[in-house]
Amino acid sequence: MSLAAAVIGDEAREAPPARPARRRRWTRLILPAYSWLIIAYLVFPIAIMIAYSFNRVTTGLPQVSFGWNGATLQWYRQWNGVPQLTTSFWLSVRLAVATTLFATVLGTLLALALVRYRPPRFRGRAAVEQVLFLNIAAPEIVLGASLLGLFVTINLARGFATLLLAHVAFSIAYVAITVRARMSGFDRSLEEAALDLYANGWATFRKITLPLIMPGIMAGALMAFAISIDDFVTSNFVSGASIPFPVYVYNSTRIGIPPQVFVFGTAIFSVGIICALASIVLSRRRT
Amino acid sequence: MEQPVLADHAGRLTSRRPRARLSKVLAPYLLSLPAGLWLLALFLIPLVTMLSLSLQTCNLGTGACVMTWHWAEFGQQLSLYHAQFLNSFYYAGAAALIDLVISYPIAYWIAFYGGSKKNFFLLMLLVPFFVSFVIRTVVWNFILSDQGVILGSLKHAHLLPQGFHVLSTGYAVVAGLAYNYLPFTALPLYVAIERIDKTVLDAAYDLYATRREAFTRVILPLTVPGLFAAFLLTFIPALGDYVNQQVLGGTSNTMIGTVIQNAFQNLDYAAGSTLSAMLLAIALIGIFGYARVLGSRTIEEYL
Repeated sequence: MSLAAAVIGDEAREAPPARPARRRRWTRLILPAYSWLIIAYLVFPIAIMIAYSFNRVTTGLPQVSFGWNGATLQWYRQWNGVPQLTTSFWLSVRLAVATTLFATVLGTLLALALVRYRPPRFRGRAAVEQVLFLNIAAPEIVLGASLLGLFVTINLARGFATLLLAHVAFSIAYVAITVRARMSGFDRSLEEAALDLYANGWATFRKITLPLIMPGIMAGALMAFAISIDDFVTSNFVSGASIPFPVYVYNSTRIGIPPQVFVFGTAIFSVGIICALASIVLSRRRT
Repeated sequence: MEQPVLADHAGRLTSRRPRARLSKVLAPYLLSLPAGLWLLALFLIPLVTMLSLSLQTCNLGTGACVMTWHWAEFGQQLSLYHAQFLNSFYYAGAAALIDLVISYPIAYWIAFYGGSKKNFFLLMLLVPFFVSFVIRTVVWNFILSDQGVILGSLKHAHLLPQGFHVLSTGYAVVAGLAYNYLPFTALPLYVAIERIDKTVLDAAYDLYATRREAFTRVILPLTVPGLFAAFLLTFIPALGDYVNQQVLGGTSNTMIGTVIQNAFQNLDYAAGSTLSAMLLAIALIGIFGYARVLGSRTIEEYL
């Protein structure tokens, strides 16, 4: 929604008219300065994380310490020096990829149904929407706990399978809502034109519908990936012996955090932020 | 997949092929079937099962549970853990209010004056999400620690007494919650402010409204639904959070999330599910109360 707003309305809503000098001081100086201060506040802990990934360790134990002991590249060179950490990191990546695949397909199909069909054709549509909303609004600890109860009851061994089942369960709603939001301005007459030109249903879907809704699907997929790779609360309930990255980090807070945690954190942050900035630059060039 | 795009179209095709017509009638159901089944089996059924568990009585020896509509469990748990519930309310409420106050001006600025850099500034609001939630919280533990970046230097400069500490207090928990959930507040606020029809504002100025009046009598009232939505979208997840409390707080400021987590860890399913049911009830009361008071504008618009 924000992107659409940014594309439509930039020129039209540049600034309200009739502004005395005092007003300019507010909008030119105070608000921007304040906003940059907040951005600095949001970035500050991330800068600390990156800085501490270069921190030398003097105590002998490979654990991050509060004091600054000078810079070193040691932890980057030994990035896979903690086997459990590396294992849990790749587990999280595999899990997020698998979750994204399942949740994107299921969520997109659901979004198609919700956008195209209304009650006489699609009974129960309102109920489906309520369920999606409940899924997003319910506190995560409640969902995680109930899933743990389920897996214990049906005696399903906890591991990658239960993690995947759980992650897809909480990602579907986010994908469906994201895809639906991006599809709301969809022009049905393009599909009708294709059908009039003797394309069959499948060809119309593949050649017309899918390319048009692709940006929405990509946004939904990114959402699912981001939520899955960062999930802690549900994962902590259903992980069993296979421990995803956030759960590993949480457990390590009790026994001492290996500096490599911050190396992985920095790597994830860098990849994510570079992709996001690139997409902003690309979208601006296109318009 | 059963040719969804044909759905509304091509009556002429279906008259020749009855099989295709059937698939058209079924299309919405077939499309929603896979996701629906997944959500039924892994969201609704477990949720209802757990909620019903809170009303059952369990034999601790055999682990067998019978439905007894045991409402007393709720009163019992509440009397045991009302302090933790209150802590959760205070901390989540304080964090959500702080976030509202902090993020309103920046949301306002981005919506009105972001110009062509709007997307960049929105990304900056989201920047914490690029670091794992647990790592963010751990880093706040670093920042607020007694000899850390802030307190350490202030103590070194003798601006603070040596015994001063923030970690293990409620303030540290609120600080962590406020930081971690700030994007949940800022984005709905941005959507609400961005949505204001700018001609309404022009009209106010044409009618000689001062800047202050235009803000207090036009912009602020128009964003009230957004303010409540942003509060709820921050308050509800913060209410059930236990990571911030565990990493930043101490033993005296336990939140209800910690109690629930511990209950399940100790296999006390009755207590865990009862407390979860209460937490869910609080969340739902907030959401449906919102829909009631603010009419048809549902909170979903701000997601």
